[in-house]
Amino acid sequence: MLDIKDLKVSYGAVEALKGISLHVDDGEIVSLIGANGAGKTTTLHTITGLVPAQSGSITFNGHDLLATKSGKIVTLGMAHIPEGRHVFTRMTVQENLEMGAFSLKDQSGVGKGLERAFEYFPRLKERRNQLAGTLSGGEQQMVAMGRALMSNPTTILMDEPSMGLSPLLVKDIFSIITMLHAKGITILLVEQNAKMALSIADRAYVLETGRITMEGDANDLLHDEKVRRAYLGA
Amino acid sequence: MNSQLVMFISQIFNGLKIGSVYSLVALGYTMVYGIIRLINFAHGDFIMVGAYVLMLTAPAIIAMGMPAWVAVIPAILICVAVGVIVEKAAYKPVRERGNSMTALITAIAMSLLLENGAQAVFGADYKTIPTVFSIPSVNFGALHISGDTILTIVLGLVIMVGLQLYVSYTKRGKAMRAVSEDKEASILMGVNINSTITLTFAIGSGLAAVASLMYVAAYPQVSPTMGAMLGLKAFVAAVLGGIGSIPGAMIGGLTIGLIESLTKAYIGTITAGIITSAFSDAIVFGILIVVLLVKPSGIMGKNEGEKV
Repeated sequence: MLDIKDLKVSYGAVEALKGISLHVDDGEIVSLIGANGAGKTTTLHTITGLVPAQSGSITFNGHDLLATKSGKIVTLGMAHIPEGRHVFTRMTVQENLEMGAFSLKDQSGVGKGLERAFEYFPRLKERRNQLAGTLSGGEQQMVAMGRALMSNPTTILMDEPSMGLSPLLVKDIFSIITMLHAKGITILLVEQNAKMALSIADRAYVLETGRITMEGDANDLLHDEKVRRAYLGA
Repeated sequence: MNSQLVMFISQIFNGLKIGSVYSLVALGYTMVYGIIRLINFAHGDFIMVGAYVLMLTAPAIIAMGMPAWVAVIPAILICVAVGVIVEKAAYKPVRERGNSMTALITAIAMSLLLENGAQAVFGADYKTIPTVFSIPSVNFGALHISGDTILTIVLGLVIMVGLQLYVSYTKRGKAMRAVSEDKEASILMGVNINSTITLTFAIGSGLAAVASLMYVAAYPQVSPTMGAMLGLKAFVAAVLGGIGSIPGAMIGGLTIGLIESLTKAYIGTITAGIITSAFSDAIVFGILIVVLLVKPSGIMGKNEGEKV
């Protein structure tokens, strides 16, 4: 379980997170929705240590993440698919996936991991020897997701997986997310596509300029008048 | 074989020999640039450090009944130590607090520190170094190619191919490529960025030590500033090949070596004595200007809007 308490983060004089608390229970999909600049990405970056926290606490299965070196967090079973995918463009699809298994002590599991990733994303198998930079946006998102799966995570943080994708691909990506959820993987999903994010989530939080302003059952939020007006364009 | 052809072929071999040295040095520049976007201007001076270690340890090694080239082992160890210390003590703190310009100035400062430090310890004058290789030359009719020339070229090729295989196929090598492309994503994969950077410096500095062995095999002299010009030419080679690219460093180094050697041999004749072989360095740096004007990303380079 991931538990964040009273987390504050600043970039210089700018307060990005003004004391947020949220938790993700094992096996849940929790969505974090909000406008641009609300602090969604900052939240994920602070969890995996890419951005230092000012105060507050983040614990993951009993580990104090704020005291854990960022490169070590993946070994605790948490993978982070960053916004904009961040695939290694000059490496092949297969090399990207292998990098995902970098933290595994036992590298003999890499082959199995590859097979599993290719099961989720058959298209990647066809393109395994192609440089990731030559793939389309949707395929790159698949590489980023497959790469995250290679470390056998129990929890995945996803940052805007639908960004820049065609509606058809968005559907594909979301069906993969539900599939991962069905396999018992815990997911914290950051999305601007609030409708999709709320429709697959168990619970959700609404983030507004560094504060959590609403939280609750995702289905309730989906039908909440304020949420509908602010984030669902209805 | 006529004498013209014999001369031409031996010039080609000379070019490949010095080109192998440039390639090894260029690899150090290009790997460090690839991973931290820094032109390590002290890299040429690592060769000088290696050469002094060779000079100091070779007599003892000969006295122990071993061949002189075994001195390359202490040279590699010392160069790796110097490279890693320079990174940890000077570049890392500056990188974390300053910008790329402060890092570049720090690199120039480290170069001056090493050169002047060597001068303070060993004096400014040239010192000779014992013969490191005593291998018979190879003869094809009138063509004589010295043993150290062939050894240098072969050793250079083996190291370059080995390095390329290392970064292509090993876990650590892949991590180096990953870090050079995207540090944030590499951290998320669990790569330790600092140890990867340290490894890169260690490999680059070790290659500089091997380059110093090859260099003193050809020119058995040591001086505090010997690495400056050699380093600059290797830097040109790295830019010509495409900075950040390992195959580029090899191609660039060999090309610069060949151009230099052939220019020295023929430019006087071709231009009827107007341009003499004394201009060969000017021609090498002229290449740098042309590359920067025509194809700044170099032969093998990736087009990135990055500057020194």
